Amino acid sequence: MSTESEHLESIVNRRYEHGFVTDIETESLPPGLDEGVIRAISARKREPEWMLEWRLQAYRQWLEMTEPEWAHVHYKKIDYNAISYFAAPKSDDDRPKSLDEVDPKLLETYDKLGIPLHERARLAGVAVDAVFDSVSVATTFKEKLSEAGVIFCSFSEAVENHPELVKKYLGSVVPRRDNFFAALNSAVFSDGSFVYIPKGVRCPMELSTYFRINAANTGQFERTLIVADEGSHVSYLEGCTAPMRDENQLHAAVVELVAMEGAEIKYSTVQNWYPGDEEGRGGIYNFVTKRGDCRGANSKISWTQVETGSAITWKYPSCILRGDNSVGEFYSVAVANNLQQADTGTKMIHIGRNTSSTIVSKGISAGRAQNAYRGLVRVMPQASGARNHTQCDSLLIGKECGAHTFPYMEIKNPTAKVEHEATTSKISADQLFYCRQRGISEEDAVNMIVNGFCKEVFNELPMEFAVEAQALLNVSLEGAVG
Amino acid sequence: MLNIENLKVTIGDSEILRGLSLSVKAGEVHAIMGPNGSGKSTLASVIAGHEDYVVTDGTVRFKGADLLELEPEERAREGIFLGFQYPVEIPGVNNAYLLKAALNAKREHHGLEEIDAFEFLKLAREKMAVLGMDPKFLNRGVNEGFSGGEKKRNEILQMAMLEPDLAILDETDSGLDIDALKAVAEGVNALRAPDRAIILVTHYQRLLDYIEPDYVHVLSEGRIARSGDKTLALELEEKGYEWVREAANA
Repeated sequence: MSTESEHLESIVNRRYEHGFVTDIETESLPPGLDEGVIRAISARKREPEWMLEWRLQAYRQWLEMTEPEWAHVHYKKIDYNAISYFAAPKSDDDRPKSLDEVDPKLLETYDKLGIPLHERARLAGVAVDAVFDSVSVATTFKEKLSEAGVIFCSFSEAVENHPELVKKYLGSVVPRRDNFFAALNSAVFSDGSFVYIPKGVRCPMELSTYFRINAANTGQFERTLIVADEGSHVSYLEGCTAPMRDENQLHAAVVELVAMEGAEIKYSTVQNWYPGDEEGRGGIYNFVTKRGDCRGANSKISWTQVETGSAITWKYPSCILRGDNSVGEFYSVAVANNLQQADTGTKMIHIGRNTSSTIVSKGISAGRAQNAYRGLVRVMPQASGARNHTQCDSLLIGKECGAHTFPYMEIKNPTAKVEHEATTSKISADQLFYCRQRGISEEDAVNMIVNGFCKEVFNELPMEFAVEAQALLNVSLEGAVG
Repeated sequence: MLNIENLKVTIGDSEILRGLSLSVKAGEVHAIMGPNGSGKSTLASVIAGHEDYVVTDGTVRFKGADLLELEPEERAREGIFLGFQYPVEIPGVNNAYLLKAALNAKREHHGLEEIDAFEFLKLAREKMAVLGMDPKFLNRGVNEGFSGGEKKRNEILQMAMLEPDLAILDETDSGLDIDALKAVAEGVNALRAPDRAIILVTHYQRLLDYIEPDYVHVLSEGRIARSGDKTLALELEEKGYEWVREAANA
């Protein structure tokens, strides 16, 4: 057995031994942000000096930056000094003791989504060690991965055990000062995932945050780094279809993907953070920076996302097509209902020769929601033979919602072929009456039409995820008509 | 099966039906004729439960129960089928999917098990063969890019699959060439049964050459001005609608 796998084994055992829930129970830091807070976060996590230094530099850069205001979203100014940057998980005493104490509405939703019973408890934050059930699963999982030489661990573990890899790749795709929220994340990130796929390895299974113990407690400033070395292949699933409650309103995650020559990364997300009540109160602000770097020739990065949650979503998973013949893809379904606001899209930066990108964006607006697609296609002067196809469709349900499209194209090479198609459609009263006259309820009719509209994107999701995503969409749009 | 008494219906500010009465028994085929604006399509829509129409007076009973109490989807599951004059396109929704969902909604309502995919396909292919439809239709979006004739055939296919107790066909003959008209008529005739009633709403007598009605009613100004057997349609063809209107006012 390699040292790597022995190491993985030891992690599994250690976690089990300590019982991870008590392990992470530390006190929260008081609200506010200064260098002292960052030092305290780093110290709590027992980080090496270089990591602390990296955070501090990010913090200093963040201080000089201003919050972006160009997005088509409106919210009250965030007081960054009112936020606690190291919030300990709720102690067991504060949590519901059993599912009987959980909001019945939430349970009803779980039921509709077909979430297994033991999962419901974990999602609703019940103070039972529900993850116990998945420990054995996780162990088999880790064994298989270590046989293949794949590293899949929490970000903190990677800092401790694979510092050379973290140092080499952290911030290499999303630099600390990339944008306001990325800088904030770099200064105070809580935890997240780290994946390394060695040369020529095809990851033997889909990696999912679900299997990473502690996944529920990564906190509001998540940091993910995935490196696929030459000729490797990995599919990564992020998120969960079940509605996630969180006490923290502001979420600013950073995801960095690196694909070396001939490598392929498929990153699928189902995001279902709490969107707030019907008046939009209490919903999550989700300001995410996701970027993939096709660093080597013939590499490929594919983003697929189904966004249904959050009060505000600000998110543009992007691809930097640096390697010749590299391929970038973005498939997205973004749903906004009630008072949700979404400003989401992608950026495709063509640098290498004969690079190609595909964008398929499906925006669904209902209630009084505002849904914006914002996409950039940039073809650099040296990127001869670049190709892009963008398809951007909006579906409106009801009269008070809005859909907006902001396509940006910067083409600096005359050989580029760039296509943009956009449509806007409505679910009409005639369509609904037609379905109802055939015996199909209004709600089922809406679901049918919405799922038909999203088919192209769902086809890109791993099978099981696709089924869940479909169910999720139906729940998200419940009561959207009538 | 269907009993309508003194039905008054408005849409917006205008009264379209002004005290219409009609009784349809199982096994019968009724043709409702009349000039444009006489209320033919309104009657069809009201029976199906379209919410834009407001019933201000009168009763509609279906199989003994108050039909006006039911939602459109409940009426459909109880056995009412409306073949639309202008079937709407639903892009992205597979024709087979809609058909199967409709069939299962009805089956569930009647306490039957869902039809499985294999059985469904077999049934659909059989019915399509009768109507001279290409099985590829099943995989297209509902009415998406269909020609006028294809849309009407699709309506008849849905009717054949759902096997309603009462089928109302609203101007099913409009916009059809002679071949399509024959195919549609054959489809309808194949469904004639002792336990089923059919109401044909039509402007022209042409359709009635292929589907022979038991009764013909002529609508004028929101009321049935004249009823008779199939010879009434021929007489109407000859003398025109003015004749009925004058007779009604006389």
